[in-house]
Amino acid sequence: MTDRKAIISVQNLVKHYGDFKAVQGLSFDVYENEIFGLLGPNGAGKTTTLEIIETLRSKTSGQVLVNGLNVETDANAIKQIIGVQLQAAGYYPNLNLLELLKLFSGLYGVDVSPIEMLAKVNLQDKAKAKYKELSGGQKQRFSIATTLINSPKIIFLDEPTTGLDPQARRNLWDLITEIRNNGTTVVITTHYMDEAEQLCDRVAFVEAGKIIALDTPDQLIDNLIASGFERKKEVKAANLEDVFINLTGKEWRE
Amino acid sequence: MSKTYNHTKATLALAKASFRSITRSPSAVIFTLAFPLIFIVVFGFIGGGGVKLDVAVLPGSDLQNPIIAALEKTGVVRLTKNDTQQNIDKSLEKGAYDAVISIEKNPNGLPAYYTNVKYTSASLTNGNVLKSVLNDVVGKLNTVNQKPTVTEVRATTVTGREYRTIDFILPGQLGFSLLSTGVFGTAFIFFALRQNLVIKRFFATPVRRSSIVLGEAIARIGFALLGALFIIIIGHFAFNFTLINGAVTVINMLVLALIGVVVFMGFGFVVSGLAKSESTIPPISNIITLPQFLLSGTFFSINAFPSWLQPISRALPLTYLNDAMRKVAFEGAGLWDVKQQILIMLVWGVGIYAVAVKTFKWE
Ligand SMILES: Nc1ncnc2c1ncn2[C@@H]1O[C@H](COP(=O)(O)OP(=O)(O)OP(=O)(O)O)[C@@H](O)[C@H]1O
Ligand SMILES: [Mg+2]
Repeated sequence: MTDRKAIISVQNLVKHYGDFKAVQGLSFDVYENEIFGLLGPNGAGKTTTLEIIETLRSKTSGQVLVNGLNVETDANAIKQIIGVQLQAAGYYPNLNLLELLKLFSGLYGVDVSPIEMLAKVNLQDKAKAKYKELSGGQKQRFSIATTLINSPKIIFLDEPTTGLDPQARRNLWDLITEIRNNGTTVVITTHYMDEAEQLCDRVAFVEAGKIIALDTPDQLIDNLIASGFERKKEVKAANLEDVFINLTGKEWRE
Repeated sequence: MSKTYNHTKATLALAKASFRSITRSPSAVIFTLAFPLIFIVVFGFIGGGGVKLDVAVLPGSDLQNPIIAALEKTGVVRLTKNDTQQNIDKSLEKGAYDAVISIEKNPNGLPAYYTNVKYTSASLTNGNVLKSVLNDVVGKLNTVNQKPTVTEVRATTVTGREYRTIDFILPGQLGFSLLSTGVFGTAFIFFALRQNLVIKRFFATPVRRSSIVLGEAIARIGFALLGALFIIIIGHFAFNFTLINGAVTVINMLVLALIGVVVFMGFGFVVSGLAKSESTIPPISNIITLPQFLLSGTFFSINAFPSWLQPISRALPLTYLNDAMRKVAFEGAGLWDVKQQILIMLVWGVGIYAVAVKTFKWE
């Protein structure tokens, strides 16, 4: 594992908002072609860290390299090789999805077929719809489509599954896995442990601006068990979510 | 992978998107096209395609003279010959009469008649029209007689072109249209892009800030100029709006419109920066547009305002846009002839953009 190539390297990243220390010395590498998860409670500093890597926010100190490019000096070159889904973002008013994708292909300076982009996220039926007319899951999928326009090396997804129903979540996992299988590195944030466990190759637990653990989900669990931990309740072979999925099916819902 | 990024392409993609968005935004279409056209239609029909001037003839005035006959022949002037002095005075105050006229035979020979005209401040615009009609009539009569005429008449002889209500109203409405598109449109879009984090998503692409501003500006200016052209064309073909030099006049008007909308967009940038929430945009924009709407000669000639108000009118950029538009359209002035008006607008432009650079916010 250790000989894998780091495509993102974050060292001693610090971010202060005035007196408030949101990020306090984070260090981690993201390897090429993995799904890397940042996990943590609200206010842990996940979005802040992500947006610093995306060159959208300035850092207080530390070093961040993306594909060997420095966020301070090569912001524009970095923007050309990454795709960004923001935790909160809007899209140009009064335009339908096709027109929005055309706009983005202009902004990225590439020629892509908007309808093919929509097909990638299974939204071709909504080509003429406005963004605000989409359901939550459709919105997230559309946002992911916009991150793929410039065939990026890395995409950043900030809580893409928050607020989605279990099917929509699992479908999004499939989509994200597919994107990774096509050669793209994925950095994702989430609050959901099951999501991290099933989707991510490696996860970092962030709390109060610090990384408190970083490894593969398996390894983290094994470490815990090795320390003598035992679940209080007996583990059943299925959980309530499995019941729900079993009852409602796994198809695209929206 | 490291192909060169094309900023022009990004700017044009934004311009196209923005233009689409504007044409689908009800408020933009209403302010730029619908309102001005409604006013034009209303005034166009009130005017019946031309101004009617109500002029009372003072009791005791000479009635059998070439001046009265010529005035009646113009078709523009409606003479009332049998009203009482008392009634005339009252109506004049109310503006029901645009003027009162009385003609005296000159017992001492030439000129054969003295024409006394009293205008009313209640109807200054029509008064001005009457002035030009009178000058025209008098000028013609004097040349028919082939007699040397009194110099003062010659000096004030103006082109006796028919000046219709539309010739006054349309440039004013055009100015108003440009003002609203520039101020409201720009303020709303930049505020909305910032507030809804559209700009933030843009910043995650390699697009430059200047491309965002430029793309927006191209779209808005394009929309405003198309709107202006549309208004001019409707005005000309449906209501006989005077375009003295035809296409050249239209081009000159569009150049003025361009200068106007660029200046007004500066106000829009300032408003978008000052506004704390979406609901504060209309009031702040109104503070900028309403005084200009009322005081810049959109509906009435600013000569009609009390003298203490006129300096305020003369400080506003829209006054100069309206003024220049009317001169260009009706008098056939070239752009160089209205350089003073253009200069004042440009000074406003420099000033407002200096403020905009200070107040504009990206996030
Ligand atoms: N622009 C800002 N100005 C001041 N403080 C900020 C700003 N942005 C974030 N913070 C603070 O920094 C801390 C980390 O915020 P951040 O958005 O990175 O958290 P997060 O881990 O993404 O949380 P969530 O899971 O709720 O999205 C929070 O306490 C937040 O209040
Ligand atoms: Mg967050």
